[in-house]
Amino acid sequence: MPVNETLSVYSDLCYAAALAVFMLGLLLHAAEYGFTRKPRQRAAAPAAGAAGGGVATLDPSEEDLPEGAARAGTRDRRPLAARLGRMGVALTVLAAALQLASLVLRGLATSRIPWGNMYEYIAALCLAAVVAWLVVLRRHPVREIAVFVLLPVVILYFVAGTFLYAEAAPLVPSLRSYWIIIHVSAAIVGSGILLVSGMGAVAYLIKSAHERRPERFRNLGAKLPDLAALDRLAYRTAVFAFPILTFGIICGAIWAEAAWGRFWGWDPKETVAFISWVVYAGYLHARATTGWRGVPAAWINVIGFATVVFNLFFVNLVVAGLHSYAGVG
Amino acid sequence: MAEESKPREEARAGRAPHRVVLATLRNYWRGLTTMRTALVLLFLLALASVPGALLPQRSVAPELVVDYYNDNPRLAPLLDRLSMFDVFGSVWFAAIYVLLFTSLVGCVVPRCAEFVRQLRARPVLTPRNLDRLPHHHRAETDASPQEVVDHARTVLKGWRVAEREEDGGVRTLSAERGYLREAGNLVFHTAMLGLLVAFALGELFGYEGQTIVRADGQEFCNSGIYNYDSFNAGISVDGTHLNPFCVRVDGFRAEHLPTGQALQYHADLSYQVGDALETGEWSQHELQVNHPLRTGSDRVYLLGHGYAPRFTVTFPNGEERVGTTQWRPVELQTMLSEGATKFDPPDTPDQEERHRNQLAITGLLAPTPAYDGSLLTSRFPALNEPAVAVDILRGNLGNDSGRGQSIFEVDQEMVDAGLLERVARENLSVGEELELDDGTVIRFDGVDDWVSLQVSHDPAQIWVLVASIAVLLGLSLSLGIKRRRIWVRATPAGPDGPGGRTVVRIGGLARTDQAGYGEEFTRLAAELEPAGRSEPPADPEPASARVHGKDT
Ligand code: HEM
Repeated sequence: MPVNETLSVYSDLCYAAALAVFMLGLLLHAAEYGFTRKPRQRAAAPAAGAAGGGVATLDPSEEDLPEGAARAGTRDRRPLAARLGRMGVALTVLAAALQLASLVLRGLATSRIPWGNMYEYIAALCLAAVVAWLVVLRRHPVREIAVFVLLPVVILYFVAGTFLYAEAAPLVPSLRSYWIIIHVSAAIVGSGILLVSGMGAVAYLIKSAHERRPERFRNLGAKLPDLAALDRLAYRTAVFAFPILTFGIICGAIWAEAAWGRFWGWDPKETVAFISWVVYAGYLHARATTGWRGVPAAWINVIGFATVVFNLFFVNLVVAGLHSYAGVG
Repeated sequence: MAEESKPREEARAGRAPHRVVLATLRNYWRGLTTMRTALVLLFLLALASVPGALLPQRSVAPELVVDYYNDNPRLAPLLDRLSMFDVFGSVWFAAIYVLLFTSLVGCVVPRCAEFVRQLRARPVLTPRNLDRLPHHHRAETDASPQEVVDHARTVLKGWRVAEREEDGGVRTLSAERGYLREAGNLVFHTAMLGLLVAFALGELFGYEGQTIVRADGQEFCNSGIYNYDSFNAGISVDGTHLNPFCVRVDGFRAEHLPTGQALQYHADLSYQVGDALETGEWSQHELQVNHPLRTGSDRVYLLGHGYAPRFTVTFPNGEERVGTTQWRPVELQTMLSEGATKFDPPDTPDQEERHRNQLAITGLLAPTPAYDGSLLTSRFPALNEPAVAVDILRGNLGNDSGRGQSIFEVDQEMVDAGLLERVARENLSVGEELELDDGTVIRFDGVDDWVSLQVSHDPAQIWVLVASIAVLLGLSLSLGIKRRRIWVRATPAGPDGPGGRTVVRIGGLARTDQAGYGEEFTRLAAELEPAGRSEPPADPEPASARVHGKDT
């Protein structure tokens, strides 16, 4: 199973191109943000949103608003800004295509599934996050938070492509199993969507801090989508990702049974996955518990994503465990 | 605290003491089974697991715990007293999950009862004023109220519906959908309980043992824990009733890339289980990483492999001894290995004399040697003209000292005490030999493979799998299905019905996940409304949802 060097080189080129296009897209989104005029404040909505923690779609104060006023609340933007934003999205789509090409080429170069080490895993995770973001964007008009979502993706993609880069190579024996396709792709898709969810929650926290004390995050806060929309985005994505995460963990356990002789052994990776799972379960419960909706729930979401990132970096690079497949160093 | 005050008042009112206790317990129980408590316990559980990820755990890597002790001699005993190295077996961890699961039971049982009641009950009465609902719609039609309701019934196929009559010929229809959501939720929570129980059973009745077997036809039988190098047993396993089976390792092959990266390991296994143990018949299995041998409720895994150099010692009296002890890899990439092969002098009943003449061959083994001067290193993990660089030690090996002996090392204390001395140092290729001052000849004959095997037994793991699948199914139902209610009220033309036409009012309520019901409701309302003139939907969706609903 020799590695096809040519394809591997093309894969790396696509990677670099994707990163460049990404950065450009990010720049455009930042410019969009810069050129956006601060929206007019709505009279009733902020107070209601803050009090209700943003989940209150039944909020009568919002219902009373005539259509035009509500639209003006978030849609008032110079055409230039909107154009920049659209271009940003277009570049993000292009970057995603390049990412996909990079991944596929690496898979072809090595004749295997292209997520066998940390570099490839993060590359795939970034792709999942970007696709999730683009899908979200089709359904929720939340382009204002593009910078929030794309910045961590670009950073991850950069770190993977530089510090964590690994030459194309076949898999080590412990990874030779069809479970790598199932377990790892579930982890990738789940984590990618949770990235979008977590960044939605971060935006929610900023927005709600701004609404409580308008002098905080004065510019940023005013331009973000309203709390209900951010909460909905974070919740919908988390609800979609949580069963995938659960499925991934279960598949991991099935694989562990075949590879290591036990389905669960509190290996560091398993332990942190357990923690993430419990935190996200807590998030879903918090959304259904009075007094925990809104800001506390958003914090839990952010903590959940922090544990996912921790699992990716700390457990792969610092703690030695059975999952040491990172192929780094 | 507020919850405790009630029983006290009751006590003051002259209740019998056992009543007070019961009331107090009931209040604690209520407190325990709230969502809020469950939420706090969930966080405690996550928090309590953190040291399990950050600190080395005995059950996972005991050697790292020892290292931690050496690095932090003051802190480690303190942490140990708090069970920080055995988090998942600790009392406080168990306390959290037992409370959580008690809370879960307290929460799920009444919810099951409530759910069954709901399934039997008819959808709830139509609210008096449908215009107050978050989603509502008003229309007029020439159809009669009964026709309106009949039409609604056909539209709401798949919903649970209840038709009712109100004063003045008014007809209503209550409809509800999404009961599976609650069912899924209950399945999910119950399956969590099942998961815990199955996991616990596995811990009680399972075992796991590791052993090293040479790949030259050596046999291993699962007949007792003494055959294992290490053995972890559940509380109810005493090692006397292991499932009998035997395995024989006939050969071993490793495939490598030119870079030395391993591609795959194969161990050729023969095994006997059940009747075959009597008849002596062997079955074959190719053992690979990720492809264990499954025999009944036991599994045999290939964990790793290594090399065992074969030495022949010819003592001055002409007697020969062959020693093949496994050495351990020190560099996984090149399989450079180290170890100690030990010999007793033959025919030496005298203890003192034996203690002067025991031999140990220690040093390095390179499967594919490279020399840096005379320093031996390895270039490649596979056996291509293997070589060893050995020290020969003679004297007292210390194996009568009562101290535990490592098979990979000589007893350093014996060396330090001058009781075990180096008498030769040499690099040997296969077939080469060296001679000691007393005429003893040591020949390096070759290298055998060994494999490390693990035997695992967990009678409950299939139930863990079943419970996990139920968890996943329940979760998907509970998160994917939406619970919705819709009501239709048809008021006939009359004193309060304008213009001799029937007024149809439709109201909707999302019982979970309100967002997104708006569009669905608008569509449904349009279908529900029988042909006729209608006003545009008054406000099909709250403003915020509209702003962020469809947008181009
Ligand atoms: C092992 C502990 C627990 C775990 C891992 C867990 C996990 C979950 C998860 C992932 C959900 C999301 C499903 C959904 O939102 O419908 C959920 C929902 C729910 N859980 Fe738990 N749970 C646990 C314990 C409890 C306990 C003790 C209670 C009761 C006090 C409880 C009550 C609920 C309720 C009422 C929902 C539905 C919330 C909703 O529909 O939005 N859970 N649980």
